[in-house]
Amino acid sequence: MSTLSLTSAFSLLLKRDLVLAYRRRSELINPMLFFVLVTAMFPLGIGNDPKLIEAVGPGVVWVAALLASLLSLDSMFRSDFEDGSLEQFMLSAHPVSILVLAKILAHWLVTGLPLFIVAPLLAVLLNIPTSAIPTLMLTLILGTPVLSLIGSVGVALTVGLRRGGVILSLLVLPLYVPVLIFGTDAVKTAIIGIPTTAQISILGAMLVGSLVLAPMATAASLRISLS
Amino acid sequence: MLFEGLDFTINPGQALVLEGRNGSGKTSLLRILCGIRLPEAGDLLWEGEDIFQLGPEFHEHIAYLGHKDGSKLDLTPLENLRIAKGLGKAREDIDLEEALEQVGLYGFEDVPTRNLSAGQQRRLAIARLLVTDAKLWILDEPFTSLDRKGIEHMERLFEGHLNKGGMAAMTTHHRIGFKDEIELVRINLSDR
Repeated sequence: MSTLSLTSAFSLLLKRDLVLAYRRRSELINPMLFFVLVTAMFPLGIGNDPKLIEAVGPGVVWVAALLASLLSLDSMFRSDFEDGSLEQFMLSAHPVSILVLAKILAHWLVTGLPLFIVAPLLAVLLNIPTSAIPTLMLTLILGTPVLSLIGSVGVALTVGLRRGGVILSLLVLPLYVPVLIFGTDAVKTAIIGIPTTAQISILGAMLVGSLVLAPMATAASLRISLS
Repeated sequence: MLFEGLDFTINPGQALVLEGRNGSGKTSLLRILCGIRLPEAGDLLWEGEDIFQLGPEFHEHIAYLGHKDGSKLDLTPLENLRIAKGLGKAREDIDLEEALEQVGLYGFEDVPTRNLSAGQQRRLAIARLLVTDAKLWILDEPFTSLDRKGIEHMERLFEGHLNKGGMAAMTTHHRIGFKDEIELVRINLSDR
């Protein structure tokens, strides 16, 4: 199989998932709405102390992003599993890991990227200083793809189960913790005004690592789920 | 254990027909044949090489039609076929509209698949077989939901594939009305 047809299969699948997401846009809004609502409710809950809000702000944004990502994970392979499309992917003439990568990318574009876009607004709401907003954005653009990539392995393992939701959370959340720690820490450090190169580098390394390993692990997990 | 001691070969132009009562493992055997499911023991060879070693290189030679159609209901038949073509080894001598016409879906190119009847959705799944260059068609109850005329029509399509040197492995509750020259390998899994 030539590389040309492999790239065209990749873009075909990416486009397919984006078109499908567009035709079911109401589902698509859910994770972002959740993200916005959780972060917007927080200041109301903890009161009007600006110092306190500023202190918990980075954590709130990141926890909300993490849970929003978890909320949207199940949809990554569910409908393809139910209508038999997943079987067809597994029997494709192309390596499954590449096809999986296209699906993960589409999923991130639809659920992760919107979080990144609304984040500055929420940062203002949570009293995060303007100087730290670029760092928050940077951690989100590096971190949310990692969430989608790691999540895809969990979803692939649980897609065959009737009630995989709880197991999925138990499986995936511990793996999300490093992203959460380094993500929030970078923003907190940026608020104080100390360079954040270390945390950003680690997040970048996580992204590269999961980009290389997750599609293969997901392909293998899907094979197990379908057999 | 569902079955043991199976030994068969499918040659170009031949069709393997699996028979047996419900639960005798017909679907399982077909899923093993396409490599979705692993057998407990035994070898499966494609032109002398193990199919699980070959992986995608084997998959470009097969097209699988399972219980589920594998079409997205939110996409149109044309969009569904385009994906099927892209995922497999594309056949160059047929375009997508032609494939739809061959299964009797001409005029339904741009209707969302959700709005098609069950029989029409099955026809769309069969059209998927036509757009790739697969030699071996693995068909699990391909005639489900089809009307009598549709079944006859599909039998002609399958015959055409076999006459061109293609192969098929299938299960069906329907008595297959292939013409005499098609060589059938029959296996009854109830006896195993």
